[in-house]
Amino acid sequence: MAGLATSFGSGAMTNSIKEIPHSKVILVIGSNTTEAHPVIGSKIKQAVRNGCRLIVADPRKIELTGLAEVWLRLRPGTDITLINGLMHIILKRGWEDRSFIAERTVGFENLKELLREYTPDFVSRVTGVPEEQLYQAAEIYAASDCAQIFYTLGITEHTSGTDNVMSLANLAMLTGNVGKENSGVNPLRGQNNVQGACDMGALPNFYPGYQKVSDPKAQKKFEKAWGVSLNPNQGYMIPDMFAAALQGKLKAMYIMGEDPVLTDANANHVRQGLKALDFLVVQDIFLTETAKLADVVLPGASFAEKAGTFTNTERRVQMVNKAIDPLGKSKADWRIICDLAGIMGYHFIYKSTAEIMKEIASLTPQYCGITHERLGIRGMQWPVLGEDHYGTQFLHKDRFTRGKGLFMPVEARTPDELPDKDYPFLLSTGRKLEHYNITTRHSKVLEGHSSEELAELNPLDAEKLNISDGERVKVSSRRGELETRVKLTDRVPPGMIFMTFHYKESPVNVLTNAACDKVAGTYEYKVCAVQVSKLE
Amino acid sequence: MSKSPKNDLIFNIDFDEYLDLEQYRERGGYSALAKALAHDPKISIREIVDSGLRGRGGAAFPTGKKIEMLRNNSETVRYIICNADEGEPGTFKDRFIMTHIPFQLLEGLTIAAYLAGASKGYIYVRHEYPEAQRILRSGIQAAIEAGLLGKNILGSEFNLSLELFSGAGSYLCGEETALLSSIEGKKGRPRLKPPYPTQAGLWGKPTLINNVETLANIPKIIDKGASWYRQIGTVDSPGTKLISLSGDVKNRGLLEVPFGVTFAQIVNEYGGGPPIGKTIKAVNIGGASGVHVPPEMLNTALEYKACAQAGITIGSGAIFVLDNTRSILTNVQNRVRFFLHESCGKCTPCREGLRQANNIIDKLLRGEAGVKDVDTLERYTRAIVNASFCGLGQAAGNSLSSSLTYYREEYLAYCRENRELNSKEETA
Amino acid sequence: MQWIQLKIDDRKIRVPEKTTILEACRMNNISVPTLCHDPELTNWGACRLCVVEIEGMRNLITSCTMEVQPGMVVKTSTPKVKEARKTILELIVANHDIDCLTCEKMGECELSKYAYEYGVKKDVFLGAKRKYELDDSNPFIIRDLNKCILCGKCVRACAEIQVNNVLDYSKRGFETQVGPAFNLPYGESECVFCGSCLAVCPVGALTEKQMTAKGRPWEYKKVQTTCPFCGTGCNFDLNIRDNKVVGITSNPNSPVNGRALCVKGRFGVDYIHSPNRLTKPLIKKKGEFVEAEWYEALKLVAEKFKTLKDQYGPDSLGALSSARCTNEENYLLQKFMRTVIGTNNIDHCART
Repeated sequence: MAGLATSFGSGAMTNSIKEIPHSKVILVIGSNTTEAHPVIGSKIKQAVRNGCRLIVADPRKIELTGLAEVWLRLRPGTDITLINGLMHIILKRGWEDRSFIAERTVGFENLKELLREYTPDFVSRVTGVPEEQLYQAAEIYAASDCAQIFYTLGITEHTSGTDNVMSLANLAMLTGNVGKENSGVNPLRGQNNVQGACDMGALPNFYPGYQKVSDPKAQKKFEKAWGVSLNPNQGYMIPDMFAAALQGKLKAMYIMGEDPVLTDANANHVRQGLKALDFLVVQDIFLTETAKLADVVLPGASFAEKAGTFTNTERRVQMVNKAIDPLGKSKADWRIICDLAGIMGYHFIYKSTAEIMKEIASLTPQYCGITHERLGIRGMQWPVLGEDHYGTQFLHKDRFTRGKGLFMPVEARTPDELPDKDYPFLLSTGRKLEHYNITTRHSKVLEGHSSEELAELNPLDAEKLNISDGERVKVSSRRGELETRVKLTDRVPPGMIFMTFHYKESPVNVLTNAACDKVAGTYEYKVCAVQVSKLE
Repeated sequence: MSKSPKNDLIFNIDFDEYLDLEQYRERGGYSALAKALAHDPKISIREIVDSGLRGRGGAAFPTGKKIEMLRNNSETVRYIICNADEGEPGTFKDRFIMTHIPFQLLEGLTIAAYLAGASKGYIYVRHEYPEAQRILRSGIQAAIEAGLLGKNILGSEFNLSLELFSGAGSYLCGEETALLSSIEGKKGRPRLKPPYPTQAGLWGKPTLINNVETLANIPKIIDKGASWYRQIGTVDSPGTKLISLSGDVKNRGLLEVPFGVTFAQIVNEYGGGPPIGKTIKAVNIGGASGVHVPPEMLNTALEYKACAQAGITIGSGAIFVLDNTRSILTNVQNRVRFFLHESCGKCTPCREGLRQANNIIDKLLRGEAGVKDVDTLERYTRAIVNASFCGLGQAAGNSLSSSLTYYREEYLAYCRENRELNSKEETA
Repeated sequence: MQWIQLKIDDRKIRVPEKTTILEACRMNNISVPTLCHDPELTNWGACRLCVVEIEGMRNLITSCTMEVQPGMVVKTSTPKVKEARKTILELIVANHDIDCLTCEKMGECELSKYAYEYGVKKDVFLGAKRKYELDDSNPFIIRDLNKCILCGKCVRACAEIQVNNVLDYSKRGFETQVGPAFNLPYGESECVFCGSCLAVCPVGALTEKQMTAKGRPWEYKKVQTTCPFCGTGCNFDLNIRDNKVVGITSNPNSPVNGRALCVKGRFGVDYIHSPNRLTKPLIKKKGEFVEAEWYEALKLVAEKFKTLKDQYGPDSLGALSSARCTNEENYLLQKFMRTVIGTNNIDHCART
């Protein structure tokens, strides 16, 4: 979010999902779309079927690489070098969009200066991608009159995540591929309401609608609306919270619908942090690994038991409708918050979530014209500027949200931890098709279909370690260790092991590195060093 | 078999002679190609249009017009395909051309490719014609070596790479769009039309598909001109037609007749009439997909317009004669079973309708059916003819519907009610 | 855009060029039966049920494949057309397993709908029917080829919606069947269980295992909602009976996905009724969780928060909000932290 916010002024997917099948050129980088976003993955496949040219940059041999005209099999963590290398070629060949750069952007000269050293020869050596493929990819992307970029956590879950994103923004602006149909930079949101949670200001530095906590004008606006005086100090980001807990600065936490013990990097550190708290409240629908550590557990309701809205990856705010009553004595999460506020002497009085949305709309510029009634069965894509506005299919038409697009020259950096003598394998993590984070383990059919971790290991490595297909092995890092079954496959290159984070029996985040991106605070889930060994 | 009445027809069938490239050229072969290459394609296309040549595969589409459609297409990659999947039962005319005068076909194909602007071609030969395949393969090789195929044909800028493609035994692949799918490596199933192959054929590119006999007509037209060609046959249908004559006649075999002769002439003069002591009960015209007509209709002229008016399908030119000892039902069922076997299974009327038609004929032959079943059979036949997806299904009902029209009595005679009536009469 | 004027059933009609006759009919509320047509898939023309008469054309023409032409005169319900449709329905039913009593599709079966409309009875048919084993090889979809009418919608959905190309026809004629390569069971094929085939099947050939014998289509209340998994934001209908989510079905009006879904969205929401669900507040007493009433639990939380806030200041408290919860809930939790507690210590896991 921070990357695109810096470059374009708005941290969201620029274009719409419905445009995908009609794309002419698509660059997929750091996204195993067909497994993590299957329906969008299918739309990319539809595009290819319709003649779209596909470039995929991924260390793993994912389904989309098989459909790609060019597959850039880069070494993990070398994204910036790769993208800078593509831009170097584009400039050298004169394929840049000069009028777009002149009219719509600032900072081009700085970028140009930086790109000088990213020669194809150098880039090829760093990324492992043959020079010829770099030229091919650059030509396909730059020569088309419209081209889309799709990325996911393979770009952002790095210590250089924000830089990676800005680098992609540079590539798009360099070729004028922003602000029109089928042309843009599109982060695919991992969870159903990542976009919404950000929009709603569940962030330590922003009020709803990305209004800065540090901006006195914003502070005044919200003080007036909420009738209290507000704290002007930026809050802790997640990684800081666990550190602060261990330092005794953070005493209590209220965790709603998250399971950081399983899903945050360096799980052992998270667990210690939570244990150090004086008081932990967890509100969830299952007794998660985190909930087990809580002093009080509040039973929330599933999406089927409450009304409200989710905002999807293309900024579409859509209705979640109540279909059944909350199970047992569980309650819709919004009611729990209202009740708690009430007991604490604050009046959060809403008859329905529609009323909450009214308040949101009055304070959040992007949601200004949204009401539950207007959303109906089709939803609306923000910004919805007023009651007579129908939303926005793609962003930055004629003008970037921040005015002019900003070229931010970014230097390549290596990941925080790379394989070495003691931990010779590179561990990367992600999802698989059959599961979604940790909730779907509670689905009987999905669990029956896919019930255990199958870490991906290259057969060449397996041979050296004398490991056979399906064998249980030990994987360890500087932070922890686990056991898992392995699947031998050339989906991963030699030297790499890939695991998902769905299985608490093989909790991959005891291994991952909690080093994070300085701006966004996102963990480097995608690269850390591990050792793989046979079980005794 | 009797000799053709005119000496200078298009094919001048002589089974004793195989013309190799040298002999073909000695008799004036490939002068038409040289002539075509020397002129603007428009001139030769005009000649073919004026000749009135129509597709001899069965659909009778004007050949010149088809070539023109390719010529006018803006897409530069175009293909030519010769349909040599002669799968129509009782048809053996294309085999003769391929095994006896292969260069007449290759020359015609090369000219058509030049006129249509195609530089890649296929001859789709049915798997059951190994000899034709062998001869064509060596013929293609010989033509390449003689500069009549391949790069810079006869020293011109024109290139044509020609490939022989063997079918795999499916009747349906003779249907042009199924044939395209087959070459593309897909299942040989018909495609939706439009788009027609001339618009989007092989690999989605404009494609000229013509039957062997059609293409083999072209050299003579270019060489001798449309007005010479029009001297043969009739105003409506110029030229000749190769007829595969079989069944209950004295002289069975292949013959070339000018358009305009009557079916009676073909059967009685060329074929020598029915065997001694027999009479003609019915004649099937057009192959398995053709119609059964009674002897009274044989005075119809072999001519597209006249036949259309009489409800006769010339089709591939197969004629099968049934004498008075034959059972119409058995004969028709034979054809139904053929189509049932060859049906691709895509559309309901063909897949299920033929099956039910076969079941009803079975029931009739067993003597268990009633008049109501004949009505049902007629209704199913209408659905098959009127509502099938492709030509296979539509044609599959032809023998059913014509026999139900002209030989209804014979169907009814098998019905329960009439059997009871007959046996009562007998006992009375 | 060019507009084309034509006549359908003596009505003058204007539609945009490239419109098929079927589309033109449907735009003008002229009903035409179809089994193999689907507006989201390529036109197929296999079932032949949608045939109409067009003046000047010898055969009946499938309206789903024929585009309108200026001046065309179309008739959709002449005796010839009606007879052909009835015959076609008879022929399909002749090779269909008439297992309507317990068929999951009863009430939503398109074949039964048209058979009823055209008065097709089952006593006219002769001969054998297909006999295939039930494909029960996976946890999601039951495949009963004896009910398959070979409309090819699943084949096209697999190729055109999911672009997975797992399904196709094999064999030919009467033996034609639809399935994965080598006629493997779904469970052993390359199928990813998106269930698009299930969503388009007009009869009971493909049904959802989880919903088997749980209720009749007309007994379900359908509630459109947004999928709780990834960020794509697919919509679908929850099928409710007796305050229980029995399963989900595609909703063609879904703005993002139409009827497409993935294995999780289509089949995985049974977690809602997992026995592991929390249904009462829990308070940890001496290391063990003890069930509590809401007031007790919330009062404890309120007191603790107040005490800690008073003792260590508002910034000693923090909250994690959720990318899984609704906008309204996220809004409320940050408002709660900022106003009730007085801190900006609020974050959630997906800031990137």
